[in-house]
Amino acid sequence: MDPQALQTALKARFGEVAWQYSESPRGQRRLVVPAGQLESYLSFLKTQCGFDLLIDVTCVDYLHYRGARDRFGLVYILGPSTSGERLVVRCYLNEPDLTVRSAVPLWEGANWLEREVYDMFGIVFEGHPDLRRVLMPEEFAGFPLRKDYPLRGRGERHNFERITRNQS
Amino acid sequence: MDVSVPENVVVTRLDSLASWCRKNSLWPMPFATACCGIELMATGASKHDIARFGAEVFRFSPRQCDLMIVAGRVVMKMLPVLQRIWLQMPEPKWCISMGACASTGGVFDTYCVVQGIDRFIPVDMYVPGCPPRPEQLIQAVIDLQDKIQREGTLMGSEFLTEARQQPKRALLDIATASNSPRPQPLPILPNVGV
Repeated sequence: MDPQALQTALKARFGEVAWQYSESPRGQRRLVVPAGQLESYLSFLKTQCGFDLLIDVTCVDYLHYRGARDRFGLVYILGPSTSGERLVVRCYLNEPDLTVRSAVPLWEGANWLEREVYDMFGIVFEGHPDLRRVLMPEEFAGFPLRKDYPLRGRGERHNFERITRNQS
Repeated sequence: MDVSVPENVVVTRLDSLASWCRKNSLWPMPFATACCGIELMATGASKHDIARFGAEVFRFSPRQCDLMIVAGRVVMKMLPVLQRIWLQMPEPKWCISMGACASTGGVFDTYCVVQGIDRFIPVDMYVPGCPPRPEQLIQAVIDLQDKIQREGTLMGSEFLTEARQQPKRALLDIATASNSPRPQPLPILPNVGV
């Protein structure tokens, strides 16, 4: 879908002020949407605009980032299965309300991607069928990719039983 | 009374004989988690051929192994698996920590990577390198053979000495580990075997 048609469709469906569309000099297309309506935007893009392929779900922590107003940027990268276009859908989240609607009802493939975002950043996806940690151990506390989490951890990596020679 | 030893008879100690048998038929457990595992495979393959030292029988069951080769970094989630596999191996058993990551964590000084497996399981030989060449691993196997021959006993009493129960590095108090002095090196073990 070409950019003009996309913006026209978005205007018709969501009005003009709620979302922002921008395009980088290299042609990367970005759509910033309100976090509360993320699911309806994704659903609209999937069903009406041809972006039926979920490429990736990730997140950015903007703590101490120059000029940033929001803490987390949640990123859904979409594309049509018929061409090489890409559309970056992004919404901003701030503490303490770090919940968005899950995209698993739209794309089954979002399951583990959202689990990873939850594991690393602590974003909670409402309606996710199985929101557990996927990379870190289940008993792990904390969200390691947040910028206020120490790089070397809080001693979790040392917190194991030591096996000596006569124990084995 | 004269005791004459006929030809083709060698007199030795039972400990020495047992160690000689053990050192020449080490069965490695390949715990290969990263790129060191590729070098480990190269060590077992035809060019370097660890079979020359009797250690070619890589077993994927810990019940059949007596030499664990930890090749690669070990993360928090993997360490309980490593410990369990170590405990499942029958005595006598030895451990080679292969490469910088297994020995110290290497460049991966992050929240999830264990900073050296010797903090949590006993290690006999460390192999430096990133990854080590197969020759280095073979040298470690040869050194381990020397060690087994030197101090091995039939009943494994060399594993039960007080010094062997100590950690290799200071980890008794993690919170103060960064500003506490380095631990004193352990006393060198007396030769128990031959």
